[in-house]
Amino acid sequence: MTHKVVVTGLGAFSPLGEDVPTTWKNALEGVSGVKTIEEPWVEEYGIPVSFAAQVAIDPTESERLSKVEAKRLDPSGQFALIAAREAWADAGFSGEDADSAEEVDSERTAVAFGTGMGGVWTLLDAWDTLREKGPRRMLPMTVPMLMPNSSAAAISMNLKARAAAQTVVSACASSTEAMEIGVELIRSGKADVVVVGGSEAAIHPMTIAAFAKMQALSTRNDDPAAASRPYDTERDGFVMGEGAAALIIESEEHAKARNASIYAEIAGTGVSADAYHITAPEPSALGATRALREALEDGNIDPEQVVHVNAHATSTPVGDIPESLALREVFGEHTKDVAVSATKSMTGHLLGGAGAIEAVFTVLAVHHRKAPCTINLNEQDPQIELNVVTEARDLPDGEIVAVSNSFGFGGHNAVIAVRSV
Amino acid sequence: MASKEEILAGLAEIVNEETGVEQSDVQLDKSFTEDLDIDSISMMTIVVNAEEKFDVTIPDEEVKNLKTVGDAVDFIENAGK
Repeated sequence: MTHKVVVTGLGAFSPLGEDVPTTWKNALEGVSGVKTIEEPWVEEYGIPVSFAAQVAIDPTESERLSKVEAKRLDPSGQFALIAAREAWADAGFSGEDADSAEEVDSERTAVAFGTGMGGVWTLLDAWDTLREKGPRRMLPMTVPMLMPNSSAAAISMNLKARAAAQTVVSACASSTEAMEIGVELIRSGKADVVVVGGSEAAIHPMTIAAFAKMQALSTRNDDPAAASRPYDTERDGFVMGEGAAALIIESEEHAKARNASIYAEIAGTGVSADAYHITAPEPSALGATRALREALEDGNIDPEQVVHVNAHATSTPVGDIPESLALREVFGEHTKDVAVSATKSMTGHLLGGAGAIEAVFTVLAVHHRKAPCTINLNEQDPQIELNVVTEARDLPDGEIVAVSNSFGFGGHNAVIAVRSV
Repeated sequence: MASKEEILAGLAEIVNEETGVEQSDVQLDKSFTEDLDIDSISMMTIVVNAEEKFDVTIPDEEVKNLKTVGDAVDFIENAGK
């Protein structure tokens, strides 16, 4: 039999807040997490984009991370562990890890986490150290800190998740694809509980300079909070974000047996690949459309049941259009009744963590019946015929479904469908 | 040139930062592995930091001989002469 998958815990460490309650409140109020980067390297290297959506607080200030743990983790791992610990606590287990929580079997508890780039800061700091000080000064923890699986490993070690600790690397689709893997682990009966999500800490002068050279980034240096403006006619690129989010998913019978509070059901997942271009989305959105259809079919969902979409919508001039075509293709006339939120307008683009934070938003939107904001939408691009949520909007009563889309460089398309319980 | 006491204090600071072991527990007769529960990768991290802090060279093959905190203090003291 296939097990039904439900969400019982949420965690976030984001540009909008150090935890889920703060992040969600700000997403409903339309607060921007984008600011000028107050680091000497912006001027020192003449970085052409001087703003980003950095995490709300320094992770070493978080009560969910010790000083020694912080020293042994790249920022991407720090964000991941903080978010995973919040999600675990939120799920209401009786112990702080799968060993001490008696209702959980650690050998049936897994991790599936995504990242786009892994430990960028650790990698580049180590290269600087080698060149400036030589091999004797290399830190022995360099490799375990920079490897992309370090977040999944840190979560597994800390929460004693022994069923599996898997990592997905598919650029900005990473964490949505990680959720698909987590869902399959539960459906197939290999795990009862999975910590899914993603993390990214890539706001580094090198990555900003490289993304800027691709002309992928907004250059609105004089007005950072207005820079991420999905669907607006004046959008000029995405805004780098960072952070992590984690969700505790488990089989419905496991959640019910321990009387857990259930936020929503992950009803369906869909993935596809464009096989078209390394960075450009396929213009007619055939791959995105297939992933979306697959997610709905996987969850036995009628397109008319979908009332809300958390769009990938990064605010690039070309990227925002194909997704809207995919939505129109799948939802047809019903598209006008679908409340579309582009939360990257507030969080910036968390890259490998984007699907995770947006999954948290989607789950909360279904749970609280409230779609979060899309800010900075002054004049909607006439090519994008969507019903965009500019101020937090109530969603209907009864059984509802929301979907979250993620698309990544490489042509990766991933969609999850979330149903109310 | 740092005194034995200064080396011990500096080393205790490094051990605390890298492993969380209390500085007061870092005493000359303590074994890094048995008493302070320091694994080999943490030990190498401590060595890298100690080399930088005390401006000495501790060859990789020498690290296995530094069984106690006192061994490390003595080595650093002699290496700095």
